[in-house]
Amino acid sequence: MRTLLFVLAKEVLDNFRDRRTLISALVMGPLFGPILFAFVINLSIERTLADVDETMELPVIGGEHAPNLIRYLQSRNLDVVTGPADRAAAVAGVKTGIFDVVVVIPEGFGEQLVDGIPARVEVITDQANTQAERDARRARSALRAYSQELGAIRLVARGVSPSVVQALNVDEVDVSTPSGRSGILLGMMSYFFIFALLMGGMYLAIDTTAGERERGSLEPLLSLPVTRDQLMLGKIAATCVFMALSLILSLCSFFIALKFMPFEELGMTPNFGPRVVIAAFFILAPFILLGASVMTLVASFTKSYKEAQTWLSIVLIAPTLPILIVSILALRPQLGFMFVPSLSQHLLLIDMVKNEPVNLLHVTISVASTLVIGALLTWICARLYRREGLLG
Amino acid sequence: MIAVRDIHKSFGSVQAVRGVSFEATDGKITGLLGPNGAGKSTTLRVLYTVMTPDRGDALIDGMNVVTDSLAARQRIGALPHGAGLYPHLSARENIAYYARLCGLDKNTIDDRVAGIVELLEIDDFADRHTRGFSHGQRTKVAIARALVHEPQNIILDEPSSGLDVMATRSLRRLILKLKDSGRCVLFSSHVMQEVVALCDDIVIIANGKVAINDSADGIRNRTGCDDLEDAFVKAIRLVEPA
Repeated sequence: MRTLLFVLAKEVLDNFRDRRTLISALVMGPLFGPILFAFVINLSIERTLADVDETMELPVIGGEHAPNLIRYLQSRNLDVVTGPADRAAAVAGVKTGIFDVVVVIPEGFGEQLVDGIPARVEVITDQANTQAERDARRARSALRAYSQELGAIRLVARGVSPSVVQALNVDEVDVSTPSGRSGILLGMMSYFFIFALLMGGMYLAIDTTAGERERGSLEPLLSLPVTRDQLMLGKIAATCVFMALSLILSLCSFFIALKFMPFEELGMTPNFGPRVVIAAFFILAPFILLGASVMTLVASFTKSYKEAQTWLSIVLIAPTLPILIVSILALRPQLGFMFVPSLSQHLLLIDMVKNEPVNLLHVTISVASTLVIGALLTWICARLYRREGLLG
Repeated sequence: MIAVRDIHKSFGSVQAVRGVSFEATDGKITGLLGPNGAGKSTTLRVLYTVMTPDRGDALIDGMNVVTDSLAARQRIGALPHGAGLYPHLSARENIAYYARLCGLDKNTIDDRVAGIVELLEIDDFADRHTRGFSHGQRTKVAIARALVHEPQNIILDEPSSGLDVMATRSLRRLILKLKDSGRCVLFSSHVMQEVVALCDDIVIIANGKVAINDSADGIRNRTGCDDLEDAFVKAIRLVEPA
């Protein structure tokens, strides 16, 4: 036990003096998340606001066939401009992205309208282009509104109430809370915590295994009168210390960053007060042992510092995988997921941020299973350290 | 006192050591001499217990390196070939770390570190981080680190390789001092002159086997060569390749 503490103390001191370890643990991990997050949130706020207010330019071909429609579109904050020469040019223009959307009014529009036949209007757009789709939606909804207005006037002229054609009155009641809505966006937050945590211990895990071997300091260390298990556990403990530090910093930086983000404008109120921050730490803490042992294990197999770096970058990404799969399939949290590390932490964290009651059984399973897997991997690391192939 | 008993060690199909036996006694310097790839390092690695032999074993003051390796290690100070230091720790911290791992208490550590720093004449750079150290400085610190727990048996794997004249001289002085204090010193080299200048006993190994185990004069007599280099070449021809 004393040996373990000596190794721990030495590794922590040693790595605190290493600028690279320090930057990745205390700066990169904890700041990367909030900065990326602030960027994404601001972008989405900008786009949401832009939707309603801004005047949008709408190229129209054949506007002279429908002067009333053009006036109507202009009243809907659409700035109608003369479009390309003909339909073919419009199609080509949308394809290449010169135009987001072009409205084509055919020559016979006026006659069709007079005859009471549904008058044909074309909206040319590229549905694969999300930016264009937003503009197309505005154009479509303006045209639909004009059509309804005109239809209603026709019914009234024939002595029929326009409500006759509206058989249903659909009223949607949205029960999502501002905290709940923020869950969608803040879902990616949990990965940033796990990323910061792993980042914090990455260089330590390399330094204490592949680095130590490359430097030639492993062999004299192993010839000392101490058991290899103790050396290994001390090194994993030191990696855990750095990971914990990185996690705490990351939680704090998010706590501060969220205060400066205009969530109200998106109709969100993330539940991320001091109490949630502390609870989040304890939910994520079991992942520290797992992360430290996985990274040490992977780094032990590599021949050099560089090789270890390559493999550990893969380990950095691995925890996203279960989160990604569940997000894409839109699966609801269930008991079975709680056995999967990273996924269970992610789901529990989302529940907390959404201000929903957290299932204590789920928490227990998540903590226990993550700890058990971490302990198992630590044991494997210790076994591996007994092999002489370790010397390379 | 180190007793090596019929050590065998293979790596895959390569037989690195094929039955090496010899003894290194207290108060004497024993040199392990041999060409590159003769099995010197592998033999020494078995002695400081980072490798397990396929067959045979060795006793360090009666402690078996295979079955009682922790007790054996307690009595060894080892300098592996190309031993590295921790670059972010000072020389003194590097030495103190090993002292702590060897189980010395705090007051003893301070005394020992101060003593060993003086003995190896590393005062000038003892408090600097070892990052920019020269090869000679690094070797000195690595030896100091290996000696800090005052082991009875000292194993040095090619300690003089890459050292300049001054550093080699001070290393020689140190090895003689250790001998005079009754320690058992075992070191490897591929330089005949160096071994002859220092050693009481010489073990020449080639192709993983002991060719001759004798004093310098004994080797001259047995090979019938007055010139040491000739004697060395003749001795290693005695062992057929694996």
